[in-house]
Amino acid sequence: MTTEHTSTGLIGKSIRRVEDPILVVGKGCYVDDIQLPGMLHLVFLRTTYPHAKIVSINTDAAKSMAGVVAVVTGEDVKQLNIPAAPMVAGQKIPPHPVLARGAVHEAGVAVAAVVAQSRAVAQDAANAIEVEYESLPSVTDAEKALEPGAPLAREELDSNICYIATKKGGDVDKAFAQAEHICRMHIASPRQVALAIEPRGIVVNPEPMGQGLVIWLSTQAPHRVRGDLATALGYPEHKIRVIAPDVGGGFGSKGPLYREYVLACHLALKLARPIKWVATRSEDFVTTIQGRDQAMTSELALKKDGTMLGLKVRVVANLGAYLYSSTAGPPQRMMAMAPGSYQIQNCHVEVVAVFTNTTPTGPYRGAGRPESVLNIERLIDKAAKELGLDRLALRRKNFIRTDQFPYRTGVGVEYDSGDYTKSLAEAMRLSDYDQLIRERDAARSRGELVGVGVSTFVEPSGGAGFESATVRIERTGEITVLTGSSSHGQGHETSYAQVIADKMHVSMDHVAIRHGDTMAVQQGVGTFGSRSMVMGGGSMALAADRVIQKARRIAAHLVEAAPEDVVQAEGGFAVAGVPEKKVTWRQIAAAAYGGRVPPGMEPGLQETVFFDPRREAWGFGAHVALVRIDRDTGKPTIETLVLVDDCGVVVNPMIVEGQVHGGVAQGLGEALREQMLFGDDGQALTGTLMNYAVMRAGDMPRLILGETVTPNPFNPLGVKGVGEAGTNGAPPAVANAVMDALAPLGIDHIDMPYTAPKLWAAIQRAEGRATSSS
Amino acid sequence: MAAEIEFAAIPIEVTVNGQKHQATVEPRTLLIYFLREHLGLTGTHVGCDTSQCGACTIQLNGRAVKSCTILAVQANRAEITTIEGLARDGALHPVQEGFREKHGLQCGYCTPGMIMTGVSLLEENPNPTEAEIRHALEGNLCRCTGYVNIVESIRWAAEKMGGKNVSR
Amino acid sequence: MFPASFGYVAAHSVEEALQLLTRQGEDAKLLAGGHSLIPAMKLRLASPGTLIDLGTIPGLRGVRIDGDTLAIGALTVHADVAASDLVRQRLPGLAEAASVIGDVQVRNRGTIGGSVAHADPAADFPVILTALNASFVLQSMSGTRTVAADDFFTDFYTTAMTAHEVLTEIRVPLPPAGSGTAYVKLPHPASGYVVVSAGVLVTRRASGSCASARVALGGLGSGPIRAQGTETGLQGKSLTPEVIAAAAAKAAENADPTEDTYASAEYKRHVATVYARRAIEAAVERAVTRNS
Repeated sequence: MTTEHTSTGLIGKSIRRVEDPILVVGKGCYVDDIQLPGMLHLVFLRTTYPHAKIVSINTDAAKSMAGVVAVVTGEDVKQLNIPAAPMVAGQKIPPHPVLARGAVHEAGVAVAAVVAQSRAVAQDAANAIEVEYESLPSVTDAEKALEPGAPLAREELDSNICYIATKKGGDVDKAFAQAEHICRMHIASPRQVALAIEPRGIVVNPEPMGQGLVIWLSTQAPHRVRGDLATALGYPEHKIRVIAPDVGGGFGSKGPLYREYVLACHLALKLARPIKWVATRSEDFVTTIQGRDQAMTSELALKKDGTMLGLKVRVVANLGAYLYSSTAGPPQRMMAMAPGSYQIQNCHVEVVAVFTNTTPTGPYRGAGRPESVLNIERLIDKAAKELGLDRLALRRKNFIRTDQFPYRTGVGVEYDSGDYTKSLAEAMRLSDYDQLIRERDAARSRGELVGVGVSTFVEPSGGAGFESATVRIERTGEITVLTGSSSHGQGHETSYAQVIADKMHVSMDHVAIRHGDTMAVQQGVGTFGSRSMVMGGGSMALAADRVIQKARRIAAHLVEAAPEDVVQAEGGFAVAGVPEKKVTWRQIAAAAYGGRVPPGMEPGLQETVFFDPRREAWGFGAHVALVRIDRDTGKPTIETLVLVDDCGVVVNPMIVEGQVHGGVAQGLGEALREQMLFGDDGQALTGTLMNYAVMRAGDMPRLILGETVTPNPFNPLGVKGVGEAGTNGAPPAVANAVMDALAPLGIDHIDMPYTAPKLWAAIQRAEGRATSSS
Repeated sequence: MAAEIEFAAIPIEVTVNGQKHQATVEPRTLLIYFLREHLGLTGTHVGCDTSQCGACTIQLNGRAVKSCTILAVQANRAEITTIEGLARDGALHPVQEGFREKHGLQCGYCTPGMIMTGVSLLEENPNPTEAEIRHALEGNLCRCTGYVNIVESIRWAAEKMGGKNVSR
Repeated sequence: MFPASFGYVAAHSVEEALQLLTRQGEDAKLLAGGHSLIPAMKLRLASPGTLIDLGTIPGLRGVRIDGDTLAIGALTVHADVAASDLVRQRLPGLAEAASVIGDVQVRNRGTIGGSVAHADPAADFPVILTALNASFVLQSMSGTRTVAADDFFTDFYTTAMTAHEVLTEIRVPLPPAGSGTAYVKLPHPASGYVVVSAGVLVTRRASGSCASARVALGGLGSGPIRAQGTETGLQGKSLTPEVIAAAAAKAAENADPTEDTYASAEYKRHVATVYARRAIEAAVERAVTRNS
């Protein structure tokens, strides 16, 4: 049995997590658990107007309340803005003040802030602030925002367009001219709320005498946030220490620097007191970046035999009212994988990114991948139906072949490796696909609404810059790894320890993985985009290799052998063929720090690597779903769900499966029930858990997981990411199953989420019974 | 003669994890903040403001309840168990063990609430079916795990605690 | 997340609670389980000046038989109503309703009296208690009166109670032999509250025909509504699947539900007929098996 006490063969083993003993007894430390002497509490007053001029703010009553230490408005902190982060050429970047100045552009923006001795008193004071607004016209739908005469979401600009970006390849006009069939589709990816169960929060402690700022932050990217914070505050970056303690989930939404953090730091410095701010759930709903909200219009050109000739996609992406550092990203990501797993060399993909008076969007588990997969996979099912071809045969015919990797796609992106036919075959085997089809057909003949759907998808992981690792042999021979990754549920302390322990032939209890502290850890990037094992694991593997190289030479010196005759052994090194001539890591460390290294060698034993392979890792998968729709109520039930994912070499299968489970739950939420809705008046209609419906334990179908393993040829560990697999592949499989179920009724298209009322209405309309709703 | 209405400071006596505490609280102090801030028991978490997410679940007089929807004054003379009070003499409760064995947690934030609900379930129903476990978790939300291994963790604990016929 | 300040007093008898209510007037609210009131106060949708805690009053909990009536103390928590052998055997529809309120934790604190007095149009108890022809015992300084469920739920969050009354007991007539009760619910996927629900009490003669039927629907108006067309469609008739289906089809005749982010009015009206049918079928099946 492989446990954390084994020293080799740890890769591929489901070792129990080392993080868990503390967490299961309630001794974790999340931001809100931190209490500092003299700590004050920050509460915001937020507007309910989606777009309005601020006419006046009266803070007198608030300021005079007992226990209130400070009340500030936008005018008091004019210098505080979220730094602009241009991601795309020609991108319009309207002002993003930390506290609204002059106008508000989304319901939920803060117009004033109160610092008080308790949160309750601060809330009382915030409620006593009087604000007068003059309402301005607002727009919440991105496609509507592009119509002539639409209200300007940002009155400072002359249009609602933030940027237009294009990716293209080949000759799309020629391809379409040669087309024997063109399949057209419009599909919307509904806006999602990340809803990490821990709301966002920060504690700031200003060190005395201006030495610096110590910040505890619920974040996925401590170094990045530190950098942006320094810019926003005009404060020296190297004097800011950002600590990510235990972080209760993120899913992309805890990546950027948020307004509240800037203000908390500013006030902490000004008042020379520690300050805490933690979002309420309602606050978190409207201030944390939301996901998706892309509307895609596509045309796929094919020959009658199913050969795909060309693809045109126009994406209208709703960015919300303000830009955070990552807001511009997801539509870009969508473009980068628009042709999916297929050989479509003639592509033209355009993104029109639009401002509206809604909560800003940004990366949320998938971050553009789910939108892209949804688009191409639905489009292909539709094309198959129109051409009378088998959906799977159409896919197989156009898959990128294994001998074509690395493959440059029609949008100019290179996929490193893959075997899509194998993945699909495994999904078909695991789901007993032919049997599912027979079941569907039998149900159909009885007039029941049952459908089978498949999605075959690629998913890039890694990227977004470098990642860093320091592997340090301590004076005692123990191993410390400092990683720029920032675990918030991913179990890095376990899986990274497996990687290092395996490499260095020690048991895991000799390895400590440290992360989430900008003072302790070298400049890093963070955990998002399924990048950590690829980038964090890759960087530490390389650092470990360097340490091993140096340690080998020290070991050789200690046993008076040639370095080439010294090999790794359990717990250290030994002379090849002479296992008794052994040196332990402890002895090597003692020599390294005790002045007994070979002549000419620098003392010490630690290596730092900044790893940037300059390419992403292309995981892939195939998901299969069988869905039954109750005619009486429209309720969809997923009766079969099979998920085959390929993330290259698997370090800890248990952790990988957990990531797939979680991603699938969020993906099913997206497919069946989650949608962030704004009313015409710009108010959040689904701004609490009372009406934003995440999946519960009783809502989940049984999940059948499978895998293929296609090692990443460009990574020291052969790994790819997997964290977003569930959200990328499951919704399109379900969507295809739902549409398959409704196909006999002639229903052509319905957007997610597939709620019972929506499906019921579609069935009524299709069967000629008028309904008033759409 | 009706009692006096108190606005500022109400004395309460609460037994938490076997230890008696006397405190004075404002009427508006929620039980969860009493536990977290007055008693420093931060293992119970706040995840929402509409009594949905269950991260605040504790046992009060033997029943699983949401401590965010109870006033501290309502807990006067009550016996409370929080996540910190489950392990005895360093030995984990089987449900805590189950979460470790079966990877029932990722970020850990919903976990104390999940464990408390699991403990209460098994106290009432030592042989729950999978459907019964899922039904019992209706008041506990998780965004990380998809619930698969949470259910497995509780099932593992049920078997360890001697429940037989823990069927699918 | 943090309620506004308020005063608190723990009552130790119903009389004391009534005295306090009178003294404090409009600004005081009674606190039972707190699972409707406290969430509202946390969001500052309600900010009463005083809370009078009924939870400290002994003798208001428990389920007992009182002659031909099932009597439930107003402070009985939902979990105890759902688990009560008396309720499960004699009025399974009531146990069903109690068992689908909220979740486990909510059921361990929320009280039947609190639910009834709060009269949330999306709550479960008002619907089933209307179907079961329950009545509510209201105590005031001047005595006690009993109001039937049919007359109790007058509007959204509004009942026949005055501001100077305490609800002390819920009384449900024990149905005659050959009766069956059932409650089915379409819950909102987020909140778990009622989108549409149906509570049914049907009494069946040995011959198989319907002696009487009460069908109450939730989620279709400001409070529970009686599906009179459905009741008429059952009364006196043989309780066959066809009769039940035809009667259920009339369930939403008088209904004027509001549209929300989840369901259209039309959907609610349609699903009401589906759930009415399911509830009637379940009640009839129980009536058949309990024909003694």
